[in-house]
Amino acid sequence: MLKCLRADLHIHTCLSPCADLTMSPLRIVQAALARRLDVIAICDHNSAENVQAAMNAARGTDLSVCPAMEITSAEEVHVIGLFADAGAVLNMQKKVYDNLSSGKNDERLFGEQIIVNEADEIMGYSDRLLIGATSISIEEVIAGIHELGGLAIASHIDREAYSILGQLGFIPENLPLDALEVSSRIESNQAKHLFSQISAHPVITSSDAHNLDEIGKGVTIFQVERPTIDEMRHALRNENGRRVLLEK
Amino acid sequence: MKIAEIVKSCKLQVLSASGSLDREAAGGYASDLLSDVMAHSNKGDIWITLQTHPNIVAVAVLKEICGIVLVNGRKPEQDTVSKAESESIPIMVTDLPAFELIGELHALGLRGKR
Ligand SMILES: [Zn+2]
Ligand SMILES: [Zn+2]
Repeated sequence: MLKCLRADLHIHTCLSPCADLTMSPLRIVQAALARRLDVIAICDHNSAENVQAAMNAARGTDLSVCPAMEITSAEEVHVIGLFADAGAVLNMQKKVYDNLSSGKNDERLFGEQIIVNEADEIMGYSDRLLIGATSISIEEVIAGIHELGGLAIASHIDREAYSILGQLGFIPENLPLDALEVSSRIESNQAKHLFSQISAHPVITSSDAHNLDEIGKGVTIFQVERPTIDEMRHALRNENGRRVLLEK
Repeated sequence: MKIAEIVKSCKLQVLSASGSLDREAAGGYASDLLSDVMAHSNKGDIWITLQTHPNIVAVAVLKEICGIVLVNGRKPEQDTVSKAESESIPIMVTDLPAFELIGELHALGLRGKR
């Protein structure tokens, strides 16, 4: 039976230097449940070290946590990879870490990068330059995500900074993106109108939450049987009765 | 050459840290990729870019860049200006395209290689 699942597929934790320190996996899960979300994706910049904690925090609840990462390509385009399991996102993380710009995070300038467990306990701090870029081209980022069975989504294409339109000027024709994400700042109908003209890709919306208040500010409804990557792929492709809708 | 002299001869508008214009520009660097600026700019460079995100200020502080010029009439985000103010990084704007501004800076004697 098909269900309508409310998904916010772009949420940062306190591991992202630019995110609020209150963005612990446990609090994110609680906020997502309070806002009646069915699916969230944990997308930190170039790292997935808080993904497992969020999955653990959601265990036994009605919330599904999709392991994910927001990867910075060599062109400084943000691309979200959504994965079926924590193993896949950690494989992607290895590839990202191997190609991440060297240098250490400067906490004063960029912010702290806190690794937390499911009980909100601090496990450590990442000193990698997560705000930096990888040396992986956008084509290779997408190919890497696909090799691991994931979905590749171009982040916040309506924004200038770190978006495919801002950095490349247009969406290369043969780029096998699974979807384009528009931020919640733009009205969803307007977004569909604006971006359907430049690309045949499906459009989703997410919050790109960097603090607890923003969680659920952008919601995409997935009409699917289960909250799995395969079902979401069908929905994005409009297959087998699966589809996506942007929530107003 | 002092930033104040550059501001005057290129008719730049100063949006932040106007108290820090007596700083010397030792050279210049032009790029819109932050990772490229991190890798290749030199200490004391004036940086010419289109990027307006607050991260440009953090990059400038890290690389000891003396000031940032936004070209083509670009306006920085509010967060960028306030961060630049607190980090004493002058942000300047011009309606000129990058090519024209860099030509003027070159004529003033600033170089990208030194
Ligand atoms: Zn992003
Ligand atoms: Zn993000």
